[in-house]
Amino acid sequence: MVTENDIWGYLEEVADPEIPVLTVVDLGVIRAVKLENDQCFITITPTYSGCPAMKMIEEQIIEKLNEKGIQHVLVDLVLAPAWTTDWISESGKAKLLEYGIAPPENEVDKSVLFSEPTVVPCPKCGSRNTRMVSLFGSTACKAHYQCNECLEPYDYFKCLR
Amino acid sequence: MNSLFEYVLRLGDDSLILGHRLSEWCGHGPILEEDIAMTNISLDLVGQATSLLGYAGELEGKGRDADALAFLRFDREYKNLLLVEQPNGDFGMTMMRQFFFDAYRKPLFEKLQHSSDKHLAAIAEKSLKETKYHLKHSSEWVIRLGDGTEESNARVQESLNTLWRYTNELFFTNEVDAELVEKGIVPTMQEIQNEWNATVTAVLNEATLTIPTNNWKQEGGRKGLHSEHLGYILAELQYMQRAYPNMQW
Repeated sequence: MVTENDIWGYLEEVADPEIPVLTVVDLGVIRAVKLENDQCFITITPTYSGCPAMKMIEEQIIEKLNEKGIQHVLVDLVLAPAWTTDWISESGKAKLLEYGIAPPENEVDKSVLFSEPTVVPCPKCGSRNTRMVSLFGSTACKAHYQCNECLEPYDYFKCLR
Repeated sequence: MNSLFEYVLRLGDDSLILGHRLSEWCGHGPILEEDIAMTNISLDLVGQATSLLGYAGELEGKGRDADALAFLRFDREYKNLLLVEQPNGDFGMTMMRQFFFDAYRKPLFEKLQHSSDKHLAAIAEKSLKETKYHLKHSSEWVIRLGDGTEESNARVQESLNTLWRYTNELFFTNEVDAELVEKGIVPTMQEIQNEWNATVTAVLNEATLTIPTNNWKQEGGRKGLHSEHLGYILAELQYMQRAYPNMQW
């Protein structure tokens, strides 16, 4: 008999399409898992409104669960409460760093106007002598930084809350 | 009239048309980073439009989904601001347009996230987080260009003078707003306008730009009366659905 805990385990095998080092569970986009008889309900939430990976995540979840013998899977997309980078798991943050992407910094009190860019340590050499190249990077959730010490260009997973 | 449908449609059309305008920069940005930034912002806006127009379709209750509303209406049925359909111009013009819009959207979404309409509140809460990044980006460029070289200052001042006439429409209200304010679903425009004035004054001062004293203002988009530019946008935006009805990918 499959349990909801088993399903959470299976979802750990579904990688995020854009940052494959993270699972959809690490990323915090899985909001609920429910089993009723042989019907499985998964609730997901987008990281950004226009995130083009959501459809693919939905399809991969269904594919993975079908593979595990769960035939009836319904995936529902909800907007509230809105996703925040606080939902990325600690292990997820460690995996990001290992992969070369700087994980979100704590920047809750930053005002929108007239504020200096967040200091983001280099994921390669750890130096805090870095600069923001652009607030927008290779995907909606990232900014583009460069290290002034080792010159590594890198992505920063922007804090969203 | 279904007031909430009309209100959500306005928000959705603003996102859709500005998102489309920004997408025109794809491959044409002045530098690679800004090409990426503008298309990222475009993606956020088109994503917001999908949520908003999808909800508008539900409120209307006639079976139209987000795609039907985006691709199968005529120009007079679009309720977006005249500001968002204005041509991109140079990079400074695009940033000034974006700044005026972001400075309006941020306080609007801040209020709407507490709306008694739960669905609208959810979309606002989600969109607000993105809008803060958009405003940070556009305001920094306005300051950099305004307080930059003689050339950049002159050009962005010209953009400011050109776009200023479209800013009053941001705060357009009619019986739709009156009804929804009365019901506690949406904030009054006065609250939004006060914050917009404060933001715009602070940033334009920092940018050493001069706020135009000519207060002649143009409106029409909220009533479906658009500039000629919208027709050209729709010709491109709707081409596939008009040429190949019901096509999907």
